Amino acid sequence: MTGRTLYEKIWDSHVVRCDSDGTCLLYVDRQLVHEVTSPQAFEGLRLAGRKPWRVDASLAVPDHNVPTVDRLLGISDPISRLQVETLEKNCTEFGIPLFKMNDIRQGIVHVIGPEQGATLPGMTIVCGDSHTATHGAFATLAFGIGTSEVEHVLATQCLLQKKSKNLLISVDGQLGPGVTAKDIILAIIGQIGTAGATGYTIEYAGAAIRALSMEGRMTICNMSIEAGARAGLVAVDDKTIDYLQGRPFAPQGGEWEQAVAAWRQLTSDADACFDRTVQLDAAIIQPHVSWGTSPEMVVPVDGCVPDPAAEPNPVKRKGMEDALVYMDLQPGTRIVDIRPDKVFIGSCTNGRIEDLRAAAAVLKGRKIAANIKLAMVVPGSGLVKQQAEAEGLDTIFTNAGFEWREPGCSMCLAMNADRLEPKERSASTSNRNFEGRQGQGGRTHLVSPAMAAAAAVAGHFIDVRELEI
Amino acid sequence: MEKFAQLDGLVAPLDRSNVDTDAIIPKQFLKSIKRTGFGPFLFDEWRYLDHGEPDMDCSERPRNPDFILNQPRYQGAQILLTRENFGCGSSREHAPWALLDYGFRALIGPSFADIFRNNCYKNGVLPLTLAPAEIEQLFREVAAIPGYRLQIDLESETVSTPTGATFQFSIDPFRRQCLLNGLDDIDLTLQHVAEITAFEERHRQANPWLFRNPEI
Repeated sequence: MTGRTLYEKIWDSHVVRCDSDGTCLLYVDRQLVHEVTSPQAFEGLRLAGRKPWRVDASLAVPDHNVPTVDRLLGISDPISRLQVETLEKNCTEFGIPLFKMNDIRQGIVHVIGPEQGATLPGMTIVCGDSHTATHGAFATLAFGIGTSEVEHVLATQCLLQKKSKNLLISVDGQLGPGVTAKDIILAIIGQIGTAGATGYTIEYAGAAIRALSMEGRMTICNMSIEAGARAGLVAVDDKTIDYLQGRPFAPQGGEWEQAVAAWRQLTSDADACFDRTVQLDAAIIQPHVSWGTSPEMVVPVDGCVPDPAAEPNPVKRKGMEDALVYMDLQPGTRIVDIRPDKVFIGSCTNGRIEDLRAAAAVLKGRKIAANIKLAMVVPGSGLVKQQAEAEGLDTIFTNAGFEWREPGCSMCLAMNADRLEPKERSASTSNRNFEGRQGQGGRTHLVSPAMAAAAAVAGHFIDVRELEI
Repeated sequence: MEKFAQLDGLVAPLDRSNVDTDAIIPKQFLKSIKRTGFGPFLFDEWRYLDHGEPDMDCSERPRNPDFILNQPRYQGAQILLTRENFGCGSSREHAPWALLDYGFRALIGPSFADIFRNNCYKNGVLPLTLAPAEIEQLFREVAAIPGYRLQIDLESETVSTPTGATFQFSIDPFRRQCLLNGLDDIDLTLQHVAEITAFEERHRQANPWLFRNPEI
């Protein structure tokens, strides 16, 4: 028997049944629920007179709509408020565990899962959110689903799935100082394209991935969808296990030892076959900045906005031309000459404690530049916020001129009040630079937390390695 | 779910690649707790010149005359012709809900994003892929021929053009059956309750920690 990939191992251990055409029923261990993609699923259950299959497999939290200021005043937008109240009502009615908005444990759904130990190796995890792949950092098969599937999992604890192909992305060598997990994933997407991994589950491997913290691995897996893959994962090692020990949902006592022994098996076999392999050398990855309206439109910070005229593919060329018009940029403009108006540090990509530490290290003893209209830090969860405050990071941020906010998705997708105004430009640690993503007419440049902090200080993009830290 | 068997529909071309679900239905409309009513806000930022908000009456809003769906010749279109990687980004099922509510029953393109395509199937919207050369031909013909319609037959998996060409497509056989018969996935899965229960018990024996979640 040939070896199996990590993905195949998790898949095989969750197949309830398969039809001859390969359509399988896959058992789901954990469903994370938030307010935006669940109300219609609960309504569907109600209309059909169905009950959830297993309520303790779910964990719910409001994150997309929640305000990041004056939270004790509640949500002022009545439509947002109704959506968050609807989540609370549904969770009460159906018995789903919920962290409410003012609970210290509230936060972005993909931050709180690992933080609580509700994300455990070998699990299948779903959520009505495309960044569910984040949890793959813990050797889980985690992917985003639509609302009909949220209802399907609530009703049956299973999903109808076909097996995807296996893509190995090996990042070998060692990252240079000042270069982060965010730069690795932006470099990967720049190389393989935004549909480069469609139909695949990605396994991230190699010395540079092994060297990353769990937070860094989460950043990488998080943006798998920006390369087209529904899921991305990393094998279990000591870091995975150390991170989870003692977390509220993690097993305890003798069961912990039993679980760890099982988790140690969660690596691809040496003779496993991948359908495709991509290799990157970590040593040559530079800090990256996106220039366009798709996450594949990225360049190293010492680069320039590319010229569509040099692109032979007419469809791609038109995409680049449209992006330049929307972004109000000229071909050949140096990235370091682009000046953001707002700086956003947060999101399920880069809203964890390590991200805040990296940004604070750059900001310590510095002030944001005069042209920066707003710089804000939105911690990924209440517990991240609490930890950062215990370390004094909030003081560093506020002394530098940043606003220190309450946790949530915030300006990553601007469903709450935090947004770009038309034509405003951001340096953002989030995951999508789509047209209008951070506010209608807003222009997003994706960067790492350290690069966002550096841009805030300089007033333009700058190689963070030029700053003394 | 509404059945999908045949469709003879007017075609509208959207000549852009990587159309993301944020563009298909912007975030402010995701605050709704309903499945319906998204059609007037489909492609909101491209379709209107002002800023859209939920519960707006769109009949009075200024339209962007350059946006393809605002051209009189494409009114009533049921088939959207697209480019690569249509539906990328967010998993929001509001995207196919908005397309369906607007009147689209089928999408034709060279490729679709994974989660989006899956969400279409669940709502009786057919996302079908054709070869790049066939897509090019359709873009040329729809521009050249006013009132351009295509006939889609899911049973035979064919698209027929008014110029006499017939293109073959292929979709997942399970999805095809579901669309043809309007089958509900949950009903299908619940036919296997005994197997799910048996699996769950084995899974619990092997991984007891997965079934011991704390009270929160």
